Amino acid sequence: MKNRKSNDKVLIKLEDIGYSAGEKEILSGVNLDIGRGEIVSVIGVNGTGKTTLAAILMGLNGYTPGKGKVLFDGKDITNLSTTERAKLGITLAWQIPASFEGVTVREYLSIGKNASPEKYLKMVGLNPALYLDRTVDDNLSGGERKRIELASVLSVEPKLVILDEPDSGIDMASINAIKRVIRDFKKIGASVILITHSETMARVGDRVALLCNGRIVKDGSVGEVTDFFRRHCEECDHIGKPDEGILK
Amino acid sequence: MKTDSGGENTEYKNEFKAIAEAYKKAGGDEKVLLDTGYGTLVINENKVLGKNEIDGLRIDSKSTENGVNVKVSVDDGTKIEKPVHLCFGMLPKEGKQVINSEFFIGKNAKVNFLAHCSFPNAEHIEHVMDSKVHVGENAEMSYKETHYHSENGGIHVHPTLRGKIERGGRLLEEFRLTKGSVGMLNIDYEIELDEKSSCDLLTKIYGKRDDNIEVRESLHLNGPYAAGTAKSRIVLVDNAFGNVLGEITGNAPHTRGHVDCHEIVQGEGAKAISTPKISVEHPLARVTHEAAIGRINKKELETLMARGLTEEKAIDFIVKGLLR
Repeated sequence: MKNRKSNDKVLIKLEDIGYSAGEKEILSGVNLDIGRGEIVSVIGVNGTGKTTLAAILMGLNGYTPGKGKVLFDGKDITNLSTTERAKLGITLAWQIPASFEGVTVREYLSIGKNASPEKYLKMVGLNPALYLDRTVDDNLSGGERKRIELASVLSVEPKLVILDEPDSGIDMASINAIKRVIRDFKKIGASVILITHSETMARVGDRVALLCNGRIVKDGSVGEVTDFFRRHCEECDHIGKPDEGILK
Repeated sequence: MKTDSGGENTEYKNEFKAIAEAYKKAGGDEKVLLDTGYGTLVINENKVLGKNEIDGLRIDSKSTENGVNVKVSVDDGTKIEKPVHLCFGMLPKEGKQVINSEFFIGKNAKVNFLAHCSFPNAEHIEHVMDSKVHVGENAEMSYKETHYHSENGGIHVHPTLRGKIERGGRLLEEFRLTKGSVGMLNIDYEIELDEKSSCDLLTKIYGKRDDNIEVRESLHLNGPYAAGTAKSRIVLVDNAFGNVLGEITGNAPHTRGHVDCHEIVQGEGAKAISTPKISVEHPLARVTHEAAIGRINKKELETLMARGLTEEKAIDFIVKGLLR
């Protein structure tokens, strides 16, 4: 794979990451660099290890890689906890955000640094007057909940944002708002790892990496990789077994 | 403001002051206890320290050997805008208090009760609250009860409620015990619902140390289109034990019921049991249940930790929300 940046421009670097769940190998030999302020889409069909990759980046319990290193700002963070990584500026938003019964949007957006929850709601296109006192639970629609999750991510003023399938299960208006927010992350200097199986969403990235059977098999320009994905992966006939012929 | 002593007894005044202070600690607004614009009832042990009736609201009380018999009536068509404040407590460390209460809410009436039960010095106290509730046709009643116990434990609380809601009536019943030590708590609610009536029961409890919590919430949807929910949120830490039975029977066409129990267990000594018991006796009735029991949801925890909270602070954040 291409190693495209000098070290001072790289924010996070995955070096030869391998991860297995029991006997099953989920990720193998994953190398990936994300530059400062860069949006990198990680694309792949279901079951290729995208969410596992997100969990390893965030340092979730049980997701320490069996092999390889995670470097952030040049420092080895492979064995740091989730909280320690968050304090460095790494954060994550799940495909289906968690529900927090009884917790108001105002409280949820006040976990991070000292800034106004109103500001972050406006950044994701939600009217603070209508949302601040609502609770972060099932009374919100899928699109509203996803936007509030992005507001929560913004509220911690991150350096690296990991977004797991931000477009799944929501309406078109919310998808457009989410795309805009992802571009806004770049404007505030944050890097984004955008995990998706949607070619359309992948196009928000500056660069796309294609994950297949736990390996990054393509890493290149948006046009090059999404074109490859459309031709070979949207109707994948070799799930779990990358076609070496096609990859060449 | 009337009291059983005529309002001039110094001992009663001092007790009133102390119970008002405990009421404040339990989350109540003690100023309203002296505001004649509100319906109020203040009881310490077996003494009625204060009582205020307003238009359409009648409060009859009679002291007994170890408690008070109370009858609260709201006249037909009366809509009481401000909440009626009920303050029950025991200031001594030891003793037994039995409150036998009856609530009659007239046709088309509407009333909200805020009840606070305070036992700030409890070491060996038994508090029995035996209530009967009758909600008339198209009437609305909410009864929100918050308990404040000392941290000493040693308190036994037995709230029992038997209710009947007439056609089109509505009852919201909430019980909260999230501050201080629960001790031994045995809640037993059973409500009968007529046609197009509804009832929502909500219980929130934080059990610690050796607290023993038993909750039974039972709804009988007897009339067509009757609806009800029995919801409980219980957090257990240390060696606390919680046992929740949520029971709904759908006995008539188009009745709808839902049992929703969530018990969080933190720590190896705590134990939780949840038993939803649902039944229907008509093909057009529908009753559902959901229960989550055990550790805090992993995804909730991970999300908060990914925002920079430690695991301990994340748990605290989740529990506070759940018990609010």
